[in-house]
Amino acid sequence: MDVDLILRVYPFFLQAAWVTIQLSVLTAVLGLACGSLGAAARLSRLRIFRIIGAVYVSLFRGTPALIQLFILYFGGPQIGIQLDAFEAGVIGLGVNIGAYMTETIRGAIIAIDRGQTEASRTLGLSRWQSMRYVVLPQAARLMIRPLGVNINALIKGTALVAAISVVELTYTAQRYIGSTYKPFEMFLLSGTLYMIIIYATGRGIAWLDRRARIT
Amino acid sequence: MTDTAFVEIRNAAKSFGSLQVLRDINLKVERGQIVAIIGPSGSGKSTLLRAINELDPLSSGEIWLEGVQINKKLPHRQYERHVNQVRQDIGMVFQHFNLFPHLTVRENITLAPKLLKGMSAGEANALAEQQLAKVGLMEKIDAYPSQLSGGQKQRVAIARALAMKPKVMLFDEATSALDPELVEEVNLVMKQLAEEHMTMIIVTHEMGFAESVCDRVLFMDGGVVVEEGPPEVIFRNPENERTRAFLRKHLQTNHNR
Amino acid sequence: MSLDFTVVPQFLDVILLGVLWTILITLGASVLSFFVGIFFAIIALYAPWFVRLPFRAFEWLFMGTPLLLQLFLIYFGLIQVGIDLPAFVAGVIGLGLHYAVYNSELIQASILAVDRGQTEAARTLGLSRMQTLRYVVVPQAVRDVIPPIGNNMIALLKDSALVSVIGVSELTLSAQQAIGRTFRPFEFYVTAAAFYYAINLIMEAVQRRIERRIALSR
Repeated sequence: MDVDLILRVYPFFLQAAWVTIQLSVLTAVLGLACGSLGAAARLSRLRIFRIIGAVYVSLFRGTPALIQLFILYFGGPQIGIQLDAFEAGVIGLGVNIGAYMTETIRGAIIAIDRGQTEASRTLGLSRWQSMRYVVLPQAARLMIRPLGVNINALIKGTALVAAISVVELTYTAQRYIGSTYKPFEMFLLSGTLYMIIIYATGRGIAWLDRRARIT
Repeated sequence: MTDTAFVEIRNAAKSFGSLQVLRDINLKVERGQIVAIIGPSGSGKSTLLRAINELDPLSSGEIWLEGVQINKKLPHRQYERHVNQVRQDIGMVFQHFNLFPHLTVRENITLAPKLLKGMSAGEANALAEQQLAKVGLMEKIDAYPSQLSGGQKQRVAIARALAMKPKVMLFDEATSALDPELVEEVNLVMKQLAEEHMTMIIVTHEMGFAESVCDRVLFMDGGVVVEEGPPEVIFRNPENERTRAFLRKHLQTNHNR
Repeated sequence: MSLDFTVVPQFLDVILLGVLWTILITLGASVLSFFVGIFFAIIALYAPWFVRLPFRAFEWLFMGTPLLLQLFLIYFGLIQVGIDLPAFVAGVIGLGLHYAVYNSELIQASILAVDRGQTEAARTLGLSRMQTLRYVVVPQAVRDVIPPIGNNMIALLKDSALVSVIGVSELTLSAQQAIGRTFRPFEFYVTAAAFYYAINLIMEAVQRRIERRIALSR
């Protein structure tokens, strides 16, 4: 183990980890937005929205995220979409994870007992009121853990943007492996940073989940 | 308009695909009347009850409440608004209570009055206390549903429905999911409502309760009303062979328990 | 630069060869991940602590880091210790090990869910601990776990695109080769996506059929 080397290069890895964190946060926000819209579409009363939602989920879950990213970043300019690598990474990964989150959110909503909707509709609440005051508060609690699984996958998924040369953790590890020929050290360094990010996020989600359960 | 009874069902029919669950049902309920619907499972009695407030809309036929047709054919938006309006006048109590688990007893009761009747928090609170006192559960006002027994849950569900000041109450096997020792407390609340002349339609398996509380009993089987009449007649001296067979079987199984 | 999909057919042979390699990698890595997954599960549950603990750490490391990083480690790491594997083999091993860890999690849960009475009955008959596992517990656990492992295989298909970065000439790299000659990334990546999607749909259909059959055998 080359400890000197690790001590020499670790500041660059810390910088890269910060990029990974930024990517993760922005991707998660975009993913949640796409997931909420997707779930609303899939549960819509209107067939056309349901079809759009189903096609979105099927296409984006049915093809590799890496290919989606390449289509956006390398193919985008051909159809008039010019993005830098970081922007393309956030949008590509966010829309991709949004398809998975759509299913998570929809799953939590349909897991709420039909009787809950029936009881609130019986009292005279409208479809939207029943969703807003009765179903969603309960579904929100159910979806914290599975969304946590999506977010865990998303953090690891940000590594894909190394393939479009965003200088985040995996790209940095790859570059230093190439220049130092020390794959184990570089893996250990970047792997540790990924684990810290993932562990901290996991703790945050567990905390949210506990808090939601108490009330 | 005024030639309809308080609650009136005309030529009600419903099918799920090729399966006909209700066939040509007619029913009139006067204000303050208490009607029990009995029959084997799958006879369509719950479906009929759920059709009254449009949870399971009829395929054809009409349902009227105090001169207003509940199942009017309207464009979607108008229909939704209309149904939300009329449902406020129809209280419903379910077999599995369907209390909102994320809300306290108080919030369960005040949710709809606050949202739909524009009540202030103070007014709604007073209302909740009043309704809970009626079902004898004032001390549980800040409990969550998970902290209540089945009988208590059902009493809260009744209080929640009553808080909307409904014109008619529907009970869908309200005591079927309860342990035997908890049935009585719910029956007592329902009897109390009967004494206050609340109009009620009750789907039930409890013949003794139906006999002692109801003005009229309907026996349904295979999606039709086979026989109807005052409880003395239906329970003591039914005319129809199917009614007799059902009651005989029911008494037997109850004895065997 | 407008879109022109008419260039795609000229490279159909390259693309189809890529499809073939993608299928081979997916199958190879799936089979590897299945059997290694069972092996991992048994280690995680039954091995003595001095095996179990380091193994747990390894599992933890593989679940907490990106697949792409692991592929770099395996490919360049093996070269460093003097093992120069073909990229294809390194890809299968990387994908296979990664998914073996996930399959192992599923199989562990499933083994634990097999009724205790089953073990007791087998031990009463005189079967040893290993025999009980081999003939009674694992077969039941594996049957329960086939549907979720199927989901992992479908996920593996899509992750197989990653091995293009260590130079395995599967579908994604084939598309890149065609792009290198035509400078038409949009057309060829969309074509690649369409092939992935088709394979994905076929796998999902097979998955549904297997699930139905398992549901019937209960």
